[in-house]
Amino acid sequence: MSERRHRGDHRFHPDTLAIHAGQIPDAATGARALPIYQTTSFVFDSAEHAAALFNLQTFGNVYSRLSNPTVAALEERVAALEQGRAAVACASGMAAESLVLTTLLQAGDHVVAAGALYGGTVTMLAVNLAKFGIETTFVDATRPEAFVAAMRPNTRAVFAESLGNPSLVVLDIAAVAEVAHAHGVPLIVDNTVPSPLLCNPIEHGADIVVHSATKYLGGHGTTLAGVVVESGRFPWDNGKFPGMTEPSPGYHGVRFYETFGDFGFTMRCRMEGLRVHGAALAPMAAWQVLQGIETLPLRMARHCDNALAVARYLQAKPQVAWVNYPGLPGHPQHALLMRQMRGASGLLAFGLNGGESAGVRFIEAAQIMSHLVNIGDTRTLVSHPASTTHRQLNAEQQLAAGVRPEMVRLSVGLEHIDDILWDIDQALAAAAVA
Amino acid sequence: MLDTAADLRRCLQRCRTIAVVGLSDQWHRPSFFAAKYMQHQGWRIVPVNPRLAGGQILGETVYARLEDIPQAVDMVDVFRKSEDVPPIVESAIAIGAKCLWLQLGVVHQAAADAASAAGLDVVMDRCVKIEHARLFGGLNFVGVNTGVLSARRQGAGDRA
Repeated sequence: MSERRHRGDHRFHPDTLAIHAGQIPDAATGARALPIYQTTSFVFDSAEHAAALFNLQTFGNVYSRLSNPTVAALEERVAALEQGRAAVACASGMAAESLVLTTLLQAGDHVVAAGALYGGTVTMLAVNLAKFGIETTFVDATRPEAFVAAMRPNTRAVFAESLGNPSLVVLDIAAVAEVAHAHGVPLIVDNTVPSPLLCNPIEHGADIVVHSATKYLGGHGTTLAGVVVESGRFPWDNGKFPGMTEPSPGYHGVRFYETFGDFGFTMRCRMEGLRVHGAALAPMAAWQVLQGIETLPLRMARHCDNALAVARYLQAKPQVAWVNYPGLPGHPQHALLMRQMRGASGLLAFGLNGGESAGVRFIEAAQIMSHLVNIGDTRTLVSHPASTTHRQLNAEQQLAAGVRPEMVRLSVGLEHIDDILWDIDQALAAAAVA
Repeated sequence: MLDTAADLRRCLQRCRTIAVVGLSDQWHRPSFFAAKYMQHQGWRIVPVNPRLAGGQILGETVYARLEDIPQAVDMVDVFRKSEDVPPIVESAIAIGAKCLWLQLGVVHQAAADAASAAGLDVVMDRCVKIEHARLFGGLNFVGVNTGVLSARRQGAGDRA
């Protein structure tokens, strides 16, 4: 949609958007770097101005739970990088997913979701939303026909990850978008693992993209944040989404699609969701994530190079039973990955011949690889998903999420590749000693 | 047809009076949102709506036709069905408007071409409020991808 809106104008590269989009030097001071608007509230010019702002008849800031200029710079930058129409930021990646799903769905609705998802997302769909009468069917994300079979008349969303964490399942975005659109529902894609630098799901037909900006976008393991991006292309007036077309009981009768058109969904997320549920992003956090995004193109290139080198190194080791990295030419989904992504990102998984206990010894022997549950840090991170991120799932759910008991997950960082391989080598040696 | 950010910015800067054809008096209608916004930004709004002629919307007298407006009009902003556009374009040319602006979803290529041939700036399938807020600030407050990148201070020399 931004393509059509900005027709005629020079088209900037992602490297430039990562530095400039969303931030023009401050009108009041000319500050070149982004000011941190550390304020809860904004003064009105007059009572009439206040009324126009509350009626959404003029754009402006009222209260930082709804919008804040520092947070808005992050929103626009991620929207630009994703080639989307608009974005709304919130307190974490999980908050972003909650915001999309609770804005879109109501009791009696049904979701078709990939089985291979981050553990917290599985829990949200299978437990938290189920509590409110929203049912989810989980399917094999490698088979678009499985999505077709799971669709029901009351299905209102399809949810998947572009690159599964930690399954590393690659979603055929165009094929699954086609399934969703044939049923008149949006495809929501969590694009956290590739980041917008390596994959733009909207380009392949996704309607809504969510990010845990905590990961590669922020990139330094310092700050929690989440972002929702809308494509601006979904026809919300197809009869299945009265909340987008009928007067909003949650915001004094505004019809979001009619009033805001191609950014109506993020406006509704903001005015109905953020306003009520309150998971707003702090301005300081937005600033820190933006500082990270400025170097995203440089970092993603290095994450990809280092991860591919680590995958190849592990493949050649006799102690290693299997390596899962879709950037390897032998990976069953390598061709699909090359078709829709510009790199395989920094995440990989492997299993040792010695099984779960050898994996645990490997993790405990690491010297510069950090044992923790995050991804997308400058540092190389190592974890055991079955006992940590996916611990709340039963054995069957774990396998559906692509988590085997012996799986070790690596988020390969930006250290010198020789030093990462040195640490892996010594940890493999330690793991071999039972 | 104006399509670049620079052309749209120039067009909005040279227009001060907007005749809004099809302006509703209902506060929640898009035409009312757009007109109220432009009025707040300092534009003179002239409502055109035969059904409400003689009354007032946003404190301004409503006229039945563009030809009935006593003062000069810079821009004719159209909130009508696409098929209703040709006679409005004829009127816009007749009253000497500088710009024909067809709102989001209002598309009529032949009428737009006729306006261009008569020397009017023509904008089609865009919202005047959204474009103003995109180019002069405001839309960026709600996370919209404005497509505007600049190393110059916001508003420096380009206030509309």
